[in-house]
Amino acid sequence: MARNKGRENPEINSSSMADIAFLLLIFFLVTTTIANDKGLLIPLPPDPDQMEDLDIKIPERNLFKIQINSADKMLVEGEPFTNDPKELKQMIKDFVNNNGRDPESSDNPQKAIVSLKTDRGTTQAKFIEVLDNIQAAYYEMYASRAGVATEEWRKIIDNLKEPDNRRLYDIGRGVDADGKAEYPMNISIAEPTKIGG
Amino acid sequence: MSKFKKKANTKQDIPTSALPDIIFMLLFFFMVTTVLREVTINVKQRIPEATQLRKLERKSLVSYLYVGEPKKVEQWGSEPRIQANDVFIEPSDVTLWVAQEKDKLNEVERDQITIALKVDSEAKRGLISDIELQLRKANARKLLYSTILELE
Repeated sequence: MARNKGRENPEINSSSMADIAFLLLIFFLVTTTIANDKGLLIPLPPDPDQMEDLDIKIPERNLFKIQINSADKMLVEGEPFTNDPKELKQMIKDFVNNNGRDPESSDNPQKAIVSLKTDRGTTQAKFIEVLDNIQAAYYEMYASRAGVATEEWRKIIDNLKEPDNRRLYDIGRGVDADGKAEYPMNISIAEPTKIGG
Repeated sequence: MSKFKKKANTKQDIPTSALPDIIFMLLFFFMVTTVLREVTINVKQRIPEATQLRKLERKSLVSYLYVGEPKKVEQWGSEPRIQANDVFIEPSDVTLWVAQEKDKLNEVERDQITIALKVDSEAKRGLISDIELQLRKANARKLLYSTILELE
């Protein structure tokens, strides 16, 4: 009996467990970079060397021209544009949905092309800002045609394997008799000029 | 007096036996969300903001290029450079780099490779368009400009 006096409560001392866990936790906190795999997705045209050199004339009215110079100043349809780039969204929507009403604007959404031309000295930040607004204009048009929110639309097109998403995708972009999209996202990113200045 | 003394004898410890469990929970969260850094980024990265973000579903198909002003200006100069896997490359080397990245992928998935360009806001379009031209030549035609969400 007397021998058992000293060990009435056999317990492992677990008070340092928290310290060990803290150490591991801090290690992972420091090494963690929460992955940022988001951004603006664009398809690139094919290799220029293998493309046939077709001289296709696109009528002026079907082109919505945005130019940015090396000082990040913009020309929209040949006119200096100093407003908020967010206003481009509405301008592009009006241009695409013109359907031949205004003789200066596009024939139909299928032929409408938004052309973005920069200078070699344009900063990437400005380019992204304008590209973002062009894509926003198209995504908003698609989303309203498919009857979903714009954020929802972007999730839909990121996962086209779902049949339901595919269906909405076809509604949003519209499919004509030849199986082509009625509202293709025609964004042309031209090769930058070397004027500088 | 004796009455009060007795009261003071009650246990005053906060039970800490659940503390390790709480810490472990946090630990597991970070272990699961962690992506260990594979490359040391040697260029400045002030990623531009945008609203229309798209998410990449298959991370295994993504290869990263970092573009920006080198952090060690005295060694590499202040002109924006392209970094791929820990080394600086020239635009003309991009085709070779894409071929190497494609070799890492499954044969059926090689044409689905996506290039994520992490470009510093201050980098110039000239350099980026040189990269784009090389990507077109290398037939890697899915391009993602990395951006972060702009909060309105």
